[in-house]
Amino acid sequence: MSEVKTEQVEELKLNEDMFQRIGKDEKDYDKIVRPSLTYWADAWRRLKENKLAIMSLIILIVVVVMAFIGPFMRPWAYDDQDFTAINKAPDSVHWFGTDDLGRDIFVRCWDGAKISLFVALISTIINVTIGVIYGGISGYVGGRTDLIMMRIIEIIYSIPVLLWVILLMVVLGQGLGTIILAISITGWGGMARIVRGQVLQLKQMEFVLAAQTLGADTSRIILKHLVPNAMGPIIINLTFQVPGAIFTEAMLSYIGLGIPEPTASWGTLAEKGTKMLLIHPYQLLYPALLISITMLAFNILGDGLRDSLDPRLRQ
Amino acid sequence: MLKYTFKRALMAILTIWVVVTITFFLMNSIPGDPFTDQKKIPPEIMEKLEKKYGLDQPLVVQYGRYLKNILKGDLGDSMKYKNRSVNTIIEEGFPVSFKVGMLAIIFAAVVGITFGTIAGLNRAKFFDFLVIILAVIGVSVPSFVFAALFQYVFGVKLKWFPVARWGTPAHYVMPVLALGIGYVAYIARMMRTSMLDVLNQDYIRTARAKGLSSTQVTWRHTIRNAILPIVTILGVSIAGIIVGSFVIENIFAIPGIGKHFVQSITHQDYTLIMGTTVFYAVILVVMMFLIDIFYGIVDPRIRLE
Repeated sequence: MSEVKTEQVEELKLNEDMFQRIGKDEKDYDKIVRPSLTYWADAWRRLKENKLAIMSLIILIVVVVMAFIGPFMRPWAYDDQDFTAINKAPDSVHWFGTDDLGRDIFVRCWDGAKISLFVALISTIINVTIGVIYGGISGYVGGRTDLIMMRIIEIIYSIPVLLWVILLMVVLGQGLGTIILAISITGWGGMARIVRGQVLQLKQMEFVLAAQTLGADTSRIILKHLVPNAMGPIIINLTFQVPGAIFTEAMLSYIGLGIPEPTASWGTLAEKGTKMLLIHPYQLLYPALLISITMLAFNILGDGLRDSLDPRLRQ
Repeated sequence: MLKYTFKRALMAILTIWVVVTITFFLMNSIPGDPFTDQKKIPPEIMEKLEKKYGLDQPLVVQYGRYLKNILKGDLGDSMKYKNRSVNTIIEEGFPVSFKVGMLAIIFAAVVGITFGTIAGLNRAKFFDFLVIILAVIGVSVPSFVFAALFQYVFGVKLKWFPVARWGTPAHYVMPVLALGIGYVAYIARMMRTSMLDVLNQDYIRTARAKGLSSTQVTWRHTIRNAILPIVTILGVSIAGIIVGSFVIENIFAIPGIGKHFVQSITHQDYTLIMGTTVFYAVILVVMMFLIDIFYGIVDPRIRLE
């Protein structure tokens, strides 16, 4: 037996040159193979893969750009009347046709885009600001404060926001400023709830404890530590708030509380178009199409952002 | 359960009181009164008018009386329609609005739950994608656009349904579709997510492991559990459908409360605005209360909170 074994070893003739150490270099232990990505770069990378979301983003950019250059592409202003062309169907002169006062609908649609987007943007920014502060305080302070603050939201939002907006508009009177004000001071509840939920989770984390140890006060911890970490859900909610505000503005026009004539907004255009629907359907077609496409784009972008920003979906 | 019901009921009453109070003081903060826009009224008639509506008393007294009247179920007199109380206007309009709204809710729930269930069971297949696409479109396109579209295509071009007047069952079809379609999308989407959630649960695997047929697993274990969260969404949908009715009732000329509400805004008929708002608030709060109680019965975990 022992004879055979020695023979085999001799036959193999192993020497050290035949072996190589791989992957054992201690210097490589800390080496990062993939490039390090920040939260935002990672989210952007994932969003880019979502073709529908990117398409929505492009559509939104086009709408915003057109809102600024669209009105200047034709020689009329939004309130210029062309008495030779009243209720004219779309043609090469009036691309989207004209309304019952001979105003060019193409110009009015893009001018309306500017007004509608302006209303949506400003009111969303104010909503977000109030919501973040309210939700931040409620979540961070906790206890009885949180209970009372959340009960207040529950009570206010047990009737539809639009009903509050309408009541405020009745009190404040029609106008661009009052619409923005009315939407701003009523629509922050959803955002406040989301921020509160996030803050409740985040305040248990060590970095908050560290900040507290260093002597940071409540407002600093909320604004500098908690809110930036809750930015993902905030942005997702924001993309759903903008179409909500566009929708509210349009709805108000239907109820007769919209932006007064001759200023155009998507809501007032659609409302006027509905009245002419049976005779001149094209007058509703373009504003309705613009509202729908914009809302669709915001919704799809919002969905895409949720998929790319939600850390739970990270692999 | 009793404690839970009591707490919910207390919250509901508090909510109605807050809505009534805010509405009252908002409406009373409007400068001038509803008679100022009319032709110059002689002072003695003005005095009588103010007395009739109680406008000569201090605000707190007016508020107290308003609260007392609401407790009695009296919402006051309309300021524009002479000799008609807010109650009679609501009594006339509510049955119509209720029918349209109820049909819209039923349509939304039945179609939404069915679509969501099928989509959830056939994840990443053709029908699933179809439902996702329909859901996004349904949520994005405002109800008034659907209303106009239906009116033009089905009413004017195809002449399937009447566009003028109100009364026959055929009149209900288009408004109900326009009002409900957004919530079909919303409910279908939620139901789909809920189905996917439930399908991942351990008890579904257990049910399969026991040897239950797939029909039994689907009906008795999956759908029954997945439908629960939809119950809470119904509350939100009812609120949305009430809001939607403001516009839909105007487009289709439906003689419901929504139409009166919108007209009361144009006419600045404050008592009618206040009355309808309070009425809507009561309806919604009662609905929410019933949904909460129902949810507490079917899902005992809720009561523990």
